[in-house]
Amino acid sequence: MTANDSRTAVTITAAIASGQATARQSVMGSLERIGRLDGRVGAFTDVLAARALARADAQDAALRGGAVPGPLAGVPFAVKNLIDIAGLPTRAGSKINRERPPAERDGALVRRLEAAGAILVGGLNMGEYAYDFTGENVHDGDAHNPHALDHMTGGSSGGSGAALAAGMVPLTLGSDTNGSIRVPAAFCGCFGLKPTYGRLTRAGSFPFVGSLDHLGPMARSVTDLALAYDAMQGPDPDDPVAAPRPAEPVLSALESGIDGLRIAVAGGHFARGGDPEAFAAVARAAAALEAERRVELPEAHRARAAAYLITAAEGATLHLDRLRTRPQDFDPAVRDRLIAGAMIPAAHVERAQRFRRWYRARVLEVFETVDVILAPATPCRAPKGGQTHFVLDGVTLPVRANIGVFTQPISFIGLPVLAAPIRLDAGLPLGVQVIAAPWREDLAFRVARHLERTGVSTAPIAELS
Amino acid sequence: MLETRTAFDPVTYAEAAAALLGLNLDPMWIAPVTANLRVLAAAAELVEDFPLGDEADAAPRFEA
Repeated sequence: MTANDSRTAVTITAAIASGQATARQSVMGSLERIGRLDGRVGAFTDVLAARALARADAQDAALRGGAVPGPLAGVPFAVKNLIDIAGLPTRAGSKINRERPPAERDGALVRRLEAAGAILVGGLNMGEYAYDFTGENVHDGDAHNPHALDHMTGGSSGGSGAALAAGMVPLTLGSDTNGSIRVPAAFCGCFGLKPTYGRLTRAGSFPFVGSLDHLGPMARSVTDLALAYDAMQGPDPDDPVAAPRPAEPVLSALESGIDGLRIAVAGGHFARGGDPEAFAAVARAAAALEAERRVELPEAHRARAAAYLITAAEGATLHLDRLRTRPQDFDPAVRDRLIAGAMIPAAHVERAQRFRRWYRARVLEVFETVDVILAPATPCRAPKGGQTHFVLDGVTLPVRANIGVFTQPISFIGLPVLAAPIRLDAGLPLGVQVIAAPWREDLAFRVARHLERTGVSTAPIAELS
Repeated sequence: MLETRTAFDPVTYAEAAAALLGLNLDPMWIAPVTANLRVLAAAAELVEDFPLGDEADAAPRFEA
């Protein structure tokens, strides 16, 4: 097997299981593409060639000895650099964290993916401490959108989206506190899953906002996303919020179709304040799903505001000692927001948490009559790199604070969301959020698979020579 | 809207809060920090304007 731009996890595992390829060839193909393209893309902060090849050789030897290949056998993957990688300090996109001692072992999700046969090839660029929607990083350099290198990847899991769009790996991990998987998935044109809060363990990752943090997979096909998701599920005593529920695999039901599913489009907050193209992407998905109903998530704009407050306050609390002792070592844009966040009166944060309880109850009532809700992932296509303001609905707004306008009200109450890429034309991609009730990731997967099967949702690799 | 909101002076507040928190607020940072404080204050106002009953407990740890 050679480096094949169209490779997916499914094709790789099939080739390895049939003996047509080796894990070493798979990893070599990935490393070759990273080496050739990453100077322009900036997706990776660490490439683990020696480790990956050693794992590949061990896997090939085991397979020659009669071992049964795992469901992700020989699949190269990479992780946002807030997830622990044994032997490296977990930098979380920061300068300060590089002085931490190297992680003693891999993060829990890395271990679970490698137990399924996948092979880690590197750590990925991200916005500092995950407080970011752009994919820009003053310490490591910005990640660039492979579909248009002068545009943002979106963030904060910018490298996770860019590595997929550039075809460097078929699978990445990101984190999502307010939209940090869904935004780069939309801007880079790939699939991303923010699972139900508590579904996937976060053990061995650097936090941002404990009550909002999620980890999740990103991929270029729904089946690849499902393979990774299934391999990572299950309780974990090392993460206090990981739910004590057994794995509920989605792969076997992926081809079940959408018959009987009640699918609606989110109105109100989710139908204004964005470019017409963002809503056109949702309309295209809705048409393919024959979803004609519209539902309202009540007070979603207030939910966004409450998420904003909780994020600023919790994030600032996490970093307060570093803000006291080394403020000059932060990205200024992050530092200024964290300092302000440290100053929020407790009464404001407590009010936001009380509102959170109310909002969750109202949204769960909506899910009594609907199974899946569609909403835009972002209000626009990827802005230009370094762009600070954009115009939405005739209003000039700061980019950083407003890219997550449609993602924040969803993650605020931990709902599972699968971001599916939509290409309206030859321009940059957009994304649609496929939102389900808590613990019903399976429904979001079935809907996304239908969109993919009907050609409405596609994730081609960028044309980079 | 609470009357105190109209009297909010973010520069005075930021300097006082920085002292309380033990933060060294470089003069160059006051403008961006107070700009962020204004955004947070607007968000807080939006949330506080929504009526909640006394029985609406906080959800400090969200469980889906």
